[in-house]
Amino acid sequence: MLAGLRQGLADLGSGATAKLLRLGFAARFFVAILLHSGTAFRRFGLTIREIYFAGVLSMVIILVSGLFVGMVLGLQGFETLQRYGSGDALGVLVALSLVRELGPVIAGLLFASRAGSAITAEIGLMKATEQIAAMEMMAVDPIARVVAPRFWAGVISMPLLAALFSALGIFGGYLVGVKLIGVDEGAFWSQMQASVDVRNDILNGVIKSLVFGVAVTWIAVFEGYDAPPTAEGVSGATTRTVVTSSLAILALDFVLTALMFTGGNAK
Amino acid sequence: MKRSIIDIWVGTFVAVGFGGLLFLALKVGNLASFSTAETYQVQAKFANIGGLKVRAPIKSAGVVVGRVSNVTFDNESYEALVTFNVDAQYRFPRDTSAKILTSGLLGEQYVGLEAGGDGVMLKQGDRLRLTQSAVVLENLISQFLFNKAAEGKDSKDGK
Repeated sequence: MLAGLRQGLADLGSGATAKLLRLGFAARFFVAILLHSGTAFRRFGLTIREIYFAGVLSMVIILVSGLFVGMVLGLQGFETLQRYGSGDALGVLVALSLVRELGPVIAGLLFASRAGSAITAEIGLMKATEQIAAMEMMAVDPIARVVAPRFWAGVISMPLLAALFSALGIFGGYLVGVKLIGVDEGAFWSQMQASVDVRNDILNGVIKSLVFGVAVTWIAVFEGYDAPPTAEGVSGATTRTVVTSSLAILALDFVLTALMFTGGNAK
Repeated sequence: MKRSIIDIWVGTFVAVGFGGLLFLALKVGNLASFSTAETYQVQAKFANIGGLKVRAPIKSAGVVVGRVSNVTFDNESYEALVTFNVDAQYRFPRDTSAKILTSGLLGEQYVGLEAGGDGVMLKQGDRLRLTQSAVVLENLISQFLFNKAAEGKDSKDGK
């Protein structure tokens, strides 16, 4: 009985220590990426190549989902607003919910599963096939050559993808609201323009997407770099990337929303 | 894939992404209406501003002619001091009156200007003399109830 308790406590302790060690390693890894980012900007071709893989190839899924999310918002929002006789406010509802929340969050989740997992798998496989060790042998810094360009590519791509998502979503809401249901076009745009604030809403949305971009790519490159060099290890790391970054996005979103929108609206 | 094709795709992606941001800023957020056009500042005191907020529109005849820039409490007269910027292209007589109105039944509040007949025009730093406060629903209801109660009493006394 007592031995079992001791064993349980010891397991808990070692588990917690391992988690903390990993967190500390991740933080040191983040600093290392920042310190070794010089190459990513001096040889910008490397970063451009990664923007192609992380950003350009994610565009299709982002554009299509943005359009559909906007169209669904248009349908559902109109249904509810109509009950209160304010169907004209559809533009406000669609624009505010996309620019403030849905754009950054859904684009971030899609980005994590589309690009984050690919980054982890790629770096993990490079490690498993000893390409990273080979680079070190040739005195090429793998963090500067492999990790930093991917990190910066993700950070640059994410705000652009979120902006595209929101823009397409608003267009989708416009299609459904104005063209299909028949909300007045003038009211749709003018009410939207009257209530969406460039600094409070749009800029905060961009900041959110930037924060998500940093979080997702950081988790992705770290999981890849830290993956056990086996087929199993890489697959586990890929799963962890998607799960951890999705949770990180949702948790960060709550914190950012609490910081950005509660004080601003009370005035 | 060839380097130049990747460059073109990334260029397109960045251009489209910034296009999306620009669309959000201009078409959705209406940055263009944050005109840096000349404005002049006018102040007005209200006994009660209700839910008037900074950046609320100033309208005259239904046209937006400016925005509220500041709302403060005046310690001496115990009234609200509302400062607003009026677009320089719109000129109003000095005896213009300001009312706090509500758009729709439950909409946002705005300041309505009604032009007077004075020949001298408002200029930077002027203060409007004639103002009308926001209608507070609770006051209206209590007034109505008091009136009703008084009426009831009168009719009883009359019998």
